[in-house]
Amino acid sequence: MARARKTTPIAAPAAPMTGEPLFTGRDWDFGLLDRVYGAIQEIAESELKLDIYPNQIEVITSEQMLDAYASTGMPLFYKHWSFGKHFVRNETLYRKGWQGLAYEIVINSSPCIVYIMEENSATMQTLVLAHAAFGHNHFFKNNYCFKQWTDATSILDYLAFAKKFVASCEDRYGQENVEQILDAAHALMSHGVHRYPGKHALDLRSEQRRQEERQAFAEQHFSDLWRTLPKTASRKKRDGEDERRRQMLGLPEENILYFLEKNAPRLAGWQRELIRIVRQIAQYFYPQRQTKVMNEGCATFTHYRLMSRLHERGKITDGSFLEFLHSHTSVVFQPEYDDQRYSGINPYALGFAMMEDIERIALNPTPEDRAFFPDFAGCGDGYGVLRDAWANYRDESFILQFLSPAVIRKQKLFRLVDDSEDPEIVVASIHDERGYKAVRQSLSRQFDVGRQDPDIQVADVDLAGDRKLILHHNVVDGITLDGKDAAKVLHHLANLWGYDVKLLEIEEGETIAAHDGSPSRAFR
Amino acid sequence: MHIIDRRPDPGGKSLANRQRFMRRARALVKQAVREASGSRKIREIDGGGAVTIPADGVHEPSFHAGRDGGMRDYVLPGNKKFVSGDRIERPKQGGGSGSEGSADGEGEDNFRFVLSRDEFLDLFLEDLELPNLAKRQVMGDAIEKRHPAGFKTSGPPSSLSVGRTLRRSLSRRIALKRPNPAELEAMRRELDELETAGGDASRIAALKAEIERQERRAKVIPFIDPVDLRYRRIEVTPEPIARAAMFCLMDVSASMDEHMKDLAKRFFSLLYLFLTRRYKQVEIVFIRHTHEAKEVDEETFFHSRESGGTVISSALIEMARIAKERYPADQWNIYAAQASDGDNLSSDNARSLAILRETILPMAQYYAYLQVGRGDYDREDGVFARQETTLWRAYQELIRPNLPMAMRKVNDRRDIYPVFRELFERRDEAAEAR
Repeated sequence: MARARKTTPIAAPAAPMTGEPLFTGRDWDFGLLDRVYGAIQEIAESELKLDIYPNQIEVITSEQMLDAYASTGMPLFYKHWSFGKHFVRNETLYRKGWQGLAYEIVINSSPCIVYIMEENSATMQTLVLAHAAFGHNHFFKNNYCFKQWTDATSILDYLAFAKKFVASCEDRYGQENVEQILDAAHALMSHGVHRYPGKHALDLRSEQRRQEERQAFAEQHFSDLWRTLPKTASRKKRDGEDERRRQMLGLPEENILYFLEKNAPRLAGWQRELIRIVRQIAQYFYPQRQTKVMNEGCATFTHYRLMSRLHERGKITDGSFLEFLHSHTSVVFQPEYDDQRYSGINPYALGFAMMEDIERIALNPTPEDRAFFPDFAGCGDGYGVLRDAWANYRDESFILQFLSPAVIRKQKLFRLVDDSEDPEIVVASIHDERGYKAVRQSLSRQFDVGRQDPDIQVADVDLAGDRKLILHHNVVDGITLDGKDAAKVLHHLANLWGYDVKLLEIEEGETIAAHDGSPSRAFR
Repeated sequence: MHIIDRRPDPGGKSLANRQRFMRRARALVKQAVREASGSRKIREIDGGGAVTIPADGVHEPSFHAGRDGGMRDYVLPGNKKFVSGDRIERPKQGGGSGSEGSADGEGEDNFRFVLSRDEFLDLFLEDLELPNLAKRQVMGDAIEKRHPAGFKTSGPPSSLSVGRTLRRSLSRRIALKRPNPAELEAMRRELDELETAGGDASRIAALKAEIERQERRAKVIPFIDPVDLRYRRIEVTPEPIARAAMFCLMDVSASMDEHMKDLAKRFFSLLYLFLTRRYKQVEIVFIRHTHEAKEVDEETFFHSRESGGTVISSALIEMARIAKERYPADQWNIYAAQASDGDNLSSDNARSLAILRETILPMAQYYAYLQVGRGDYDREDGVFARQETTLWRAYQELIRPNLPMAMRKVNDRRDIYPVFRELFERRDEAAEAR
């Protein structure tokens, strides 16, 4: 990518100049961003000991922010109508004033790209730099989920490749044919990730090379003569079938897109590659889904600490600090369950509260904390404990491990059990002695992506008969699929598979529901 | 850390996706546009604006848990009065389901978004065509057209010309004798060989000095210097365009009531919209007439009343005069639309026809006659076919193929758009003629 960049080299971290605020008004310029960044960096490195990817700050307009929204924040993405749909939706909400825009978007890449809006005041830019360029950045670089599943150095190159590949397919095979595959693959996106690490690390760059090599090989060895050869006897065909059946012994397979990419009998090479692209991108975003609370908590905790230090050192004025607090408190606001504004648990609020509490327990524990967290209560190194948590947990395990009684009490968390066979809902546990552990466990499960997504696996293929693909949904707690949507997804799935598909919902060995899907037409 | 200013980058990155979405939802959006335009005031019709389409058509399905059944277990914040073991009545289903929705709010039944003016009109006027558009594309005032015009030394990153920049970099590097890596490598190899072979000491020293000199040179002379940067230059030049004059002729005699005027107005508005889509410059002339015709402004045209008889030829003469004075046919595309209730002084019919045939139709691209009626008229006495008006009968004699003239009757507001479509629908014979 030969893109010219107007860059501003970073100034050496300024010597501490206590009492001299970095800025006073709301205006900012590039020089100020530099000085603010330097001041934050100094604290982040010396005190919090954050370890970050190099940052690339990009200043954009609100129009460009709307554009970025549409393609899940990525600077470049292949084209698809669903992004257009999100774009018109956000645009409408924004223009009508029903929804504000994010102050920033940060991308898990190396260098870490941070988009900041030109409309932000100097205080907001400081906050955004602390939040995204340090908080999120540290989390991206150090959390094990991201390390295991994403390749920050090459994601942008891979997206560029994906964009080019999709565009070339559109040229070659027509927009509608490409759209059909992408629609189907998008519908299965949540079931297109490997949940457990495979044999080899992900390397997106070699992905791209692999595809190019394969295509070059095909082009080199293309010979029109082959087409004219008489069809071979049926025996050879049966050999192929046998081989295919052996391939399919990898069942059951929970990564449906992977299964289709490898085994769907009627897909062409470019169609498999499209599925692969959707699958790789789903995999890239998978850690973000697993670490919402932690990621936002880490960034919020970091910005709060950095801003407080800047204020203590006199680098930002009291006025700015109040402006910051106003914005901070609205970010970590958790409406109560009976509030009109309640729309689920706010990951910023929960993450921030838990991380503040972890620091308190490390520095200043109560006897209760010592009983709950013997490993680190009173250890004296709050940041150390936090850095360890940021590196080695995801939401589910983080909550299970670190949600303290103090936080449960503060947020007055309580657990409901809603059994459809019971006419009433039961309050199972509340924020008391008997309830802490149950609340903690239940909340941890609530943030477990593995439980949010229904457990659906490719179970069997009827190769001898009509090639029907059989999937199983392992029903947990009697919660079945939304039938209307399931039927639509199965239709997409059947289109990719090329033959009928059947989904059985099974609980404890008993089939409690079944859905069918047939292809609308066979692909070329 | 780098700071990059992306603001000068070209916007509209989502345009392609937006267009794909519009194509996908085209049938639904078209329907919505037609419905929305029905409820809109005529002046607002070209404003674009929000339309609502059923969300089902653009829904993206996924496997997810249903809302009902099973055993669910969840944690909520903000307990006030509950203790464990409390039993709560289940909130009523049905009404409450709307607010739950999915994370991005797509649980709602409708998908609402804003269309730009162009998108709205494209859909609204789809499949319509101006008759004889291609016949006379005449020169008029200028519009601006952008085209590449060489290079400049500054500009937004997106317009950097990589090829040109590297070319300049290369010539500068050659001119300043920046050593190229291959030469340096060759010298190093030679030095290596000499050293291993134990060659001439002075030669080795000379080579070393030369290599050092060249390496310093390579550092001092950058690969790309700011002076190399070249950006693509876009120049804006005026370009001649086609222009049109639109004549609105309306009978304002006492027999035309408000309802009829409203119908006429709607028709004129649609025509105006349509012309602005095709021509960059559209002039409108309002001519109203009783027994005598007068050019007036829009406000007077639609709102003031006059009494008098009806002599259509007066308006036609006025139009011919204005066209001759201000809009000569070799420079303007002329369109005319006439609205009337059809009551003309019968002695005037022959004269009107003569003016139409001899003066107006030869110079006009298209002449549309719209006969407006009372809303309740035709529908109730459907059995007794209404007698044709004198003007209608007279015009009917005139109509023949290949004459740029058409006539329709409208009685109700809801007929306007269909009639308009009928008049301007893309025709096959028109396609053949071109």
